[in-house]
Amino acid sequence: MSAAAAAPRLTAEQLEAFGQELDAIRARVLADLGERDADYINKVIRAQRGLEVAGRGLLLLGFLPPAWIGGTAALSLSKILDNMEIGHNVMHGQYDWMKDPRLNGKTFEWDTACPGDQWRHSHNYMHHTHTNIVGKDRDIGYGILRMSEDQPWRPYYLGNPIYAALLATFFQYGVAVHDLEAERIAAGEETLQEKRAMLEEIWTKVRGQTLKDYVLFPLLSGPSFPLVLAGNATANLARNLWAFTIIFCGHFPEGTHEFTEEEAENETRGEWYYRQLLGSANLTGGKLFHVLAGNLSHQIEHHLFPDLPAHRYAEILVDVREICERYGIPYNTGPLRKQFGSVVRKIVKLALPPLPGRSGSGHDAEQTKAAAEARPKELAAAA
Amino acid sequence: MPTATSPLSLGRRLLRSSLLEALAYPHGVDRYVELVRPLLVKREARAEVTAVRRQTPKSVTITLCPNENWRGLHAGQFVGVSVEIEGVRETRPYSPASSQHAAGGALELTVSTHPEGKVSRYLREHARPGMIVGLTQAQGEFVLADPRPERVLLISGGSGITPVMAILRTLCDEGFAGEIGFLNYARSHRLALYGPELDRLCDSQRGLRVARGFTRGRGLPLNGRFAREHLRAVVSDHREAAAFVCGPPALIDSVRSIWAQDGLPDPAVESFTPPALSFDTASAEGLVSFSRSGREAANSGLPLLEQAEDAGLAPAHGCRMGICNTCSCLKTAGRVRNVITGELSGDRDERIRICVSVPVGNVALDL
Repeated sequence: MSAAAAAPRLTAEQLEAFGQELDAIRARVLADLGERDADYINKVIRAQRGLEVAGRGLLLLGFLPPAWIGGTAALSLSKILDNMEIGHNVMHGQYDWMKDPRLNGKTFEWDTACPGDQWRHSHNYMHHTHTNIVGKDRDIGYGILRMSEDQPWRPYYLGNPIYAALLATFFQYGVAVHDLEAERIAAGEETLQEKRAMLEEIWTKVRGQTLKDYVLFPLLSGPSFPLVLAGNATANLARNLWAFTIIFCGHFPEGTHEFTEEEAENETRGEWYYRQLLGSANLTGGKLFHVLAGNLSHQIEHHLFPDLPAHRYAEILVDVREICERYGIPYNTGPLRKQFGSVVRKIVKLALPPLPGRSGSGHDAEQTKAAAEARPKELAAAA
Repeated sequence: MPTATSPLSLGRRLLRSSLLEALAYPHGVDRYVELVRPLLVKREARAEVTAVRRQTPKSVTITLCPNENWRGLHAGQFVGVSVEIEGVRETRPYSPASSQHAAGGALELTVSTHPEGKVSRYLREHARPGMIVGLTQAQGEFVLADPRPERVLLISGGSGITPVMAILRTLCDEGFAGEIGFLNYARSHRLALYGPELDRLCDSQRGLRVARGFTRGRGLPLNGRFAREHLRAVVSDHREAAAFVCGPPALIDSVRSIWAQDGLPDPAVESFTPPALSFDTASAEGLVSFSRSGREAANSGLPLLEQAEDAGLAPAHGCRMGICNTCSCLKTAGRVRNVITGELSGDRDERIRICVSVPVGNVALDL
């Protein structure tokens, strides 16, 4: 484990008790699920559909500059809500208990290039099970970037900041091809032929999205074709940049830990929680910020309880934090500019080969210590 | 029927166009339309509550106007009705009591409340005109043959009156000229359903004889629970009649035993009370694998739905008595026994209702 120095070594008994305390939080929320949660997600869906219709409508009048700006903004918000607070969370099965086929985690489809079924595999299973295990969690760098010192440096990684900027810009397509594991095809471990069914699925989804955003709605507007196309492209770009920013703040700010496959072997429930906690980082902000972040700003709570309705994370955060303090487990949180700033620094720093004589974990430990010192201040601010 | 050129039909055709569907990708047009007009969706059958009355202190009678996705029903069939209670969509089977020829395809449900009946109590307290409910298409074999039999015998107990009422009303609407006998049991006069209407039908429908019995207290002309001598009050010869029985398991059992004594084929029966089932948990063996979630558990002998829940899964389900098909899922290996019919399945891929299937040895489910 990188930065092991900053994390306390808990005894097996402590880990067991720690796991039971978290299980109790989960059980408490599960027992309380009901109308409030259903009303919440229905309200968000209503808002998203309303923003989408309003955005598309305004863009048809895109020759008027205020309509173009308003329409593009509404459509951007619609795509952000659709992908994050609705799509990502519904596909985790957070609302399966409602037994509403429209909100079924196994069948829900979202307004982005990635087919829901491939997302369910690459994200729900691969990433959430193997969180921050270098070599297993493909969300570490998405097979493109060097996001951990445990990924050996190669000259290719000199382009790290450029690749990251490209990934952010075209994030929906990056996510769409994520489950293909293209790096394995490049390495000759698998052939394109073996991936044919997946490629067809991606093609069907991308085709549907492209037809809607870049052909049909622009055509409907007649002479405003280029304006509607530009508005839709801008909305997709806004969603891409926003989603990239929030998601990269979930596991890559300084102080988050990575793990080896050996460390995660034969994990107990408590150890699994412990890894999820150390591998995730939160963002602080207002209520609207959390909704637009799909509550992934509560990444720690999300990784502990991926199938609890995400709007509950803000409520259980207090208890999770209190438990962490009692066990001395670092709880990584901060405002967006601080967390994203440290992600950008990491992307730039890891583009370069490691400096001789300065080990990664030592550096990480320093950062964690700094984060730990910053924490009481934030708590005071929160209080 | 609106003609092809009416504005209404034009609007509907537009809503159903593939262009609009492409614009609404990937959610589909329905997910937008339903936020404004929930009945206008093009796929799901739904209905609006148009009238609500409370015939007895323990029931509610609801008239439903289904949308155009509803494909109609034969009298005696049942339909799954979905409502949202505390955020959870609950579906229960109900047999409409309305004639299959009712104007506008209207459905009338009479729902009797049970102390533990979440949906029935909810409908009794909250049903009001304008409320939208989900519907499944009609199911069930409890229906009249075509052409109609010459003699029909209806026997109902309690809330089991609804499908036989549908059959009776349908026959009346069709100007049925034959003999209809109806033995109608209820706990007490106060809880008896459709009393005034049955009196009216007796006056207007030739050949209809209705006899009512109250199992708690004296009834006229029937006394106590169903017995052979009650038959004579309503039919000349029960052996010649097509019989339909709906009610609690005890009523069905006693009618069946008389039919068996007389060497008659089983009457048509319907019951929404789950039969008391016993599960052989002691000699259960084998392994249940839930292949999609990668979990495994030793076969406990209970229905697979319960075993899946015990393994920490939360499969979709509805009635938990083998009716609504919500829990249907793919069995990829092994054999199961249907606990209601006792039927043994094949060992190949097939869809099974896991709420009423117990494994016989190793079973793999796509769950």
